[in-house]
Amino acid sequence: MNTKKPIYLDYQATTPVDPKVVSAMVPYLFENFGNPHSSSHAWGWEAETAVDVAREQVAKVIGANHKDIIFTSGATESNNLALKGVMEFYKQQGKDHLIVSQVEHKCVLSSAHYLSERGFKVDYLPVNEQALIDINQLKDLITDKTALVSIMFVNNEVGTIQDVKAIGKLCREKGVFFHTDAAQAFGKLPINVDELNIDLMSISAHKIYGPKGIGALYVRRKPRVRVLPQMSGGGQERGLRSGTLPTHLCVGFGEAAKIAMETMSDEHKKIKALSDSLKKQLQDALPKIYINGDENNRIPGNLNVSFSGVEGESLLMGFGKTIAVSSGSACTSASLESSYVLKAMGVREDLAHTSIRFGMGRFTTQEEVNITAKHVIDTVNHLRHMSPIWEMIEAGIDLNTIEWAEGH
Amino acid sequence: MAYSNKVIDHYENPRNVGSFGADESNVGTAIVGAPACGDVMKLQIKVEDGIIKDAKFKTFGCGSAIASSSLITEMLMGKTLDEALQIKNTDVVEELELPPVKIHCSVLAEEAVKSAIADYNKKHTN
Repeated sequence: MNTKKPIYLDYQATTPVDPKVVSAMVPYLFENFGNPHSSSHAWGWEAETAVDVAREQVAKVIGANHKDIIFTSGATESNNLALKGVMEFYKQQGKDHLIVSQVEHKCVLSSAHYLSERGFKVDYLPVNEQALIDINQLKDLITDKTALVSIMFVNNEVGTIQDVKAIGKLCREKGVFFHTDAAQAFGKLPINVDELNIDLMSISAHKIYGPKGIGALYVRRKPRVRVLPQMSGGGQERGLRSGTLPTHLCVGFGEAAKIAMETMSDEHKKIKALSDSLKKQLQDALPKIYINGDENNRIPGNLNVSFSGVEGESLLMGFGKTIAVSSGSACTSASLESSYVLKAMGVREDLAHTSIRFGMGRFTTQEEVNITAKHVIDTVNHLRHMSPIWEMIEAGIDLNTIEWAEGH
Repeated sequence: MAYSNKVIDHYENPRNVGSFGADESNVGTAIVGAPACGDVMKLQIKVEDGIIKDAKFKTFGCGSAIASSSLITEMLMGKTLDEALQIKNTDVVEELELPPVKIHCSVLAEEAVKSAIADYNKKHTN
């Protein structure tokens, strides 16, 4: 990686395309450029074969049939298609109730909001401090009008893994479809759609060292899930997603999926070791830091930490030249709002503003982790030295007892 | 977010970080903002013969909030209380070249000055 750029620790945002994936893709840009839907000549057949192989490679990772994989432009499109497509179809059968969790990705929440504005009933399931939903609470929300439950597999901000098996089991028992946004889980955790009773699953290629601009929606055929297409066109992808497939992107996605499956176990161990090392170095040097999300039941590549007394954006500024990470607070958007995920988890507002997500992945090294740890420790100490909040915490003052002048 | 060099300078080398005893009679203390909003500024002035002899700050907030409060301590030094009350947030915006989304940091700094002077005056009218 370019040494002039900061150390990349934002693997939940995106990942570099694996060089092996790039090599697999290149021939489909010029030499084998055919339209995979051209059924009348060899150019088309060749592209179609490549797409079929890719579809199989993606399906294999989740124990699905290749026919159940619908290629899309990415997880955002898949989530839109799943929520709007399923709800709009089953409304015709009198089912107009959707349940999503409060900590879903923005595209799921926006799709839910879109539906509620058009007369659908939407329930937003709360989560506990670890960002986990309560299965009994979900059970109570399901009615005979419920068509779909959408709960993400792994949370993108805090890395918590939901008990997808329990959710799938409940939904199947209740005769409700279960969709999961697995953008952060696919290729990182062993997933079997049959064992987990998953009916629809959104997947993204660029989170697993594949190219941007491609993803998939798994749509179960047995029992069949009906989805109303959201785009008119040539009826590709079982009529659910029209548009010419980008062969090179499909090939890259497939190759990335294949590598992810082959390396999953080793990579999990390696990244866990790096993450544990970073966590230990930070905890040893800095008092009053908190891990957000479930400490054990999480994706190892995600270490979300709140640094008591230090505001997130100022931390990012200090990291600027050295480390590339994301902050849980969205001050830069001018909204001055802290993360809705951390809020839903009940993280105190002052701590929600201090959270940083360290995202480690395939190309992260121990040396990078060591440099990061040192730099984070120095920056936090620098900022705590000038923080009135930290001064109060050190003096033993309970921040909740202070009457703050709100409204900024 | 691209920060101006002046903001970066104040962030890396903040001026006048620290605290005075809030109970001292010649000290005025302000705490403005709220942790929930992501900005808290503590500004203290030390007044002698009606002139601000010293000022200290501590800020929890983004780089622009830190820089705004750091700059304001510099601006306060040697001013009479009346002169200090004339400081406008726009002076901070201009000096630090703050972008529109960061104007609120300068507003908070101006508020801190007014609040610190009010605190000092309160001590001396009683």
